[in-house]
Amino acid sequence: MKPYLLLSLALCAPLNAVAASDEELRALRDELKQLKENYQQRLEQLESRLQQAELRAAEPPVAAPVAQVRNEPAASASAYNPAISLILAGNYGNLQRAPAIPPTGFAMSAHSPAAQGFNLGESELGFSASIDPRFRGVATLALGAAGGVSVENAFVDTTALGNGVKLRIGRFFSGLGYLNEVHAHAWDFVDQPLVYRALWNNQLGEDGVQLKWLAPTDTFVELGAELGRGRGFPGSDRAKNGSGAGVLFAHVGGDVGVSHNWRVGASLHQTGQSDWQSVGVPDLLGTPGGVTDAFTGDVRTGGLDFVWKYAPEGNSSSTSLKLQGEYFRRQQSGLLSYNLATTDSYALTQSGWYLQGVYKFLPEWRVGLRYDQLDPGTATVGALNAANVISSYGYTPRRTSVMFDYSPSEFSRLRLQLARDQSRQALPDNQLFLQYLMSLGAHGAHGY
Amino acid sequence: MKRLSLLILVWAWALPAHALNIFACEPEWAALAQELAGDQASIYSATVGTQDPHRVEARPSLIAKARRADLRICTGAELEVGWLPVVLRESANPAIQPGQPGAFEAAAYVTMLDAPTRLDRAEGDVHPSGNPHIQLDPRNFLPIAQALAQRLAQLDPAHAAGYQQRHAAFRQNWQTAIARWEKQAAPLQGQPIAVQHKGFPYLEHWLGMKEVVALEPKPGMEPSAAHLATVLAKLQTQPVRMVLRAAYQSPRPSEWLAERAHIPAVELPFTVGGDGVAKDLYGLFDETLARLLAGLK
Repeated sequence: MKPYLLLSLALCAPLNAVAASDEELRALRDELKQLKENYQQRLEQLESRLQQAELRAAEPPVAAPVAQVRNEPAASASAYNPAISLILAGNYGNLQRAPAIPPTGFAMSAHSPAAQGFNLGESELGFSASIDPRFRGVATLALGAAGGVSVENAFVDTTALGNGVKLRIGRFFSGLGYLNEVHAHAWDFVDQPLVYRALWNNQLGEDGVQLKWLAPTDTFVELGAELGRGRGFPGSDRAKNGSGAGVLFAHVGGDVGVSHNWRVGASLHQTGQSDWQSVGVPDLLGTPGGVTDAFTGDVRTGGLDFVWKYAPEGNSSSTSLKLQGEYFRRQQSGLLSYNLATTDSYALTQSGWYLQGVYKFLPEWRVGLRYDQLDPGTATVGALNAANVISSYGYTPRRTSVMFDYSPSEFSRLRLQLARDQSRQALPDNQLFLQYLMSLGAHGAHGY
Repeated sequence: MKRLSLLILVWAWALPAHALNIFACEPEWAALAQELAGDQASIYSATVGTQDPHRVEARPSLIAKARRADLRICTGAELEVGWLPVVLRESANPAIQPGQPGAFEAAAYVTMLDAPTRLDRAEGDVHPSGNPHIQLDPRNFLPIAQALAQRLAQLDPAHAAGYQQRHAAFRQNWQTAIARWEKQAAPLQGQPIAVQHKGFPYLEHWLGMKEVVALEPKPGMEPSAAHLATVLAKLQTQPVRMVLRAAYQSPRPSEWLAERAHIPAVELPFTVGGDGVAKDLYGLFDETLARLLAGLK
C-alpha cells in the first residue's frame, strides 16, 4: 500500500509545491526514483519469468502449446465449416461475327461459343475441407449467367494412403494435358485454346475415379489413370454398367538451376460415342443450314504438353516468363449416319495445338501472346456416303490472341484481350474482350 | 517384370541413406536444421534467399521433394498459404500434413507481432495470426531451435543425443552472438526508419528502431507514384535515417525515395542466402547489422 500512497503524494506534489521546500522535493524525487527502479526490476523479473514460461511451454514437442493458446478454438459448430471461396468473373465481348458458327471442319465437335456483349463469365463457388483423417472433400459450383447452378467439381480425395498414392472419386476435371485441370479463373487468357474448345468442349470433366502415383524420386514423375462415365465430350454420356471412358497420363518435371522449372506430359484418352448427333453439319450437296449427322464409334485422343517457367533468381514477384504448349490428336472410327438416314463407315483424324507465352514485366502487369491452330483432317467415308459427306475442308482454322492483364493484388485481375480469329473459313473475326476476375474468401493455393 | 522390380529395389537401396529427409519452406529453417542436425539429415530448401517468400510456385520439384520428406519446417502463420497446401496435397505424404509430428511450424513457438485488429482484405495482404517474418529477431531462434531439436529427436530417436548436443552448442553460440550483435547495434536504438514492405517488425522490435512509414500503401500492394509522393511529404515533418527493403524486392521505390529524401536506401539480405555474405544464420545477422550501421553513417 505504501508505494501507492507515495505515488498519490507525488501526484499531488504540484499542488503543495509552494509549501514544499527544496529538500523535501529532493527527498520526494529520490523516493520516486527508487519506486521507478523497484517497478522496473519487478517488471524485468516478470518478463524473464514469462520468457522462461514460454520456453518451458515450447518443450513438449508435438503439442505446440503456445500455438494452441493463440488459436483458441471457436466455441460454435461453425468452426468445422469448410473453407468457402467465391470467384466473381465477368466479360465483355465485342465480336464481328456470330460466335455460334463452329471452326471449319469441326461441326461434329462440341462447340462452346464466346459470349457477346456484357456477360457474367464463370462465377463459381467453392467449398473444401478435411472430412476425417483419411479424406478431403472439394465441391465447386458454377453459377450460370442465366441462373441455375451446375456442379463443376465434387470429389473426395484420400489423404492418408501414403507411398505417393492418391485416389480421387467423384466429379473432377481430368488430369490429362496441362490446361485441363486449371479452373477458368486461373486461365491466362479469357478463353481456352481452340484445340481445347474443339476437342474437349473447353475442359474435360468426368464422373469416376482417378488414381495417381508419385514416384519417390528427386525428379517429379507422376502417373495417373482415370475411369469414368464418359460424361464430358467426346464421350456421349451413357447410363449403363461399366465405364464409358478411360484416361492414362504421365507428367515429368523439375528445376534447372534456381531460375527455371518445367513440366512435360503425355496423355491418352479413350471413349466411345453412341448416336452422337451434330446439327448444322455442312455437306457436299450444299444443303442450306447443313444437315444432322449421327456418329457411333470409338474415339481415341493422344496428347503432349509442356510448360516452362522462368523467373530471374527464382523471384517471380517482378519479372517472370511462362511458356506453354499442347498438342492433341484425335482418331475416331465407326459408323456415320448422314442426315440420320444413310449409314456407312467413317474414320477421321483431327488434331490441334497451341503455343503461348505470358511475360510479367512489372509486378502488377503481364502481357501474353497465343497462337492456336486446328487441323480438320481428311475423313475416310464409306461408299454410301461418298457423295454426301465432306471428307476434306482444305482449310486450317487458326487464331492469334494478345492479352494484357493488371493484377492490383493476388485476389483481383483485370484483362484486355484482342484476337484475330480465322478459325472459320472466309469469316475472319477481330475480337475484343474485357474481363474481370475477383476472388473472395478463402483463396486456395494455385497449382503449377 | 521380375527383373524390373529387382532393379527398382537395388536402385532404392543405393539411394543415399540419411536418417531424416527435411523439407524446409524457407532458407532460414534449412540453415537452422543444418545447425541442429548437421550431416544427420538431408536438407532441402524450397525457396532461396533471393525469392519473394509470398510468391512461390508449387513447382513439380517441390512436390517430388515433399513426397519423400520426413519432416517439413515452415514459418506457418499463413506465409506459405499460396503454395504449400498444393504441394502437401500433391505430395500424397501423410507424414508432413498439418498436425502430424512431421510438420513443424516455427511461428507457433514465438510471440507474434502486428496481429491485425481488422481482418479484411481491404487492408492488403495481412496475416490473421500476425506478421510472419519472424526470422529477423535472432532471439526467436532460441525457442524455435529448442522445439526443433526435440522434434528431431522424436522423429529420429536413434540420434536423439546428437541433436540435443548440437542444440546445446548452438544455444550457447547463439546467445553469445546475440550479445555481440546487441552491443554492435546500440547506435541503432531509437532510430527512425522507413520500410518498403512491412517485413521488419521483428528486427525493429529487437533493435529498438522506429518504423515511421511504409512505402507500400497496403502490405503486398506495389507503391504507386502518388503514394510515394505522400510518403516523401511525411518525411519532411518526420525525417528518417534510412529506408529498408528486402533483397528480393524491386529497388525502384526505395531508391526513388532515398534520392529525394537524401537518405540511404539499405538493402537487407532478409534471409540466409539473400546476398553473398549471409551464407548461414550468423552471416545473416552479421550482414544485416553491417548494412544497417553503414546506413547510419
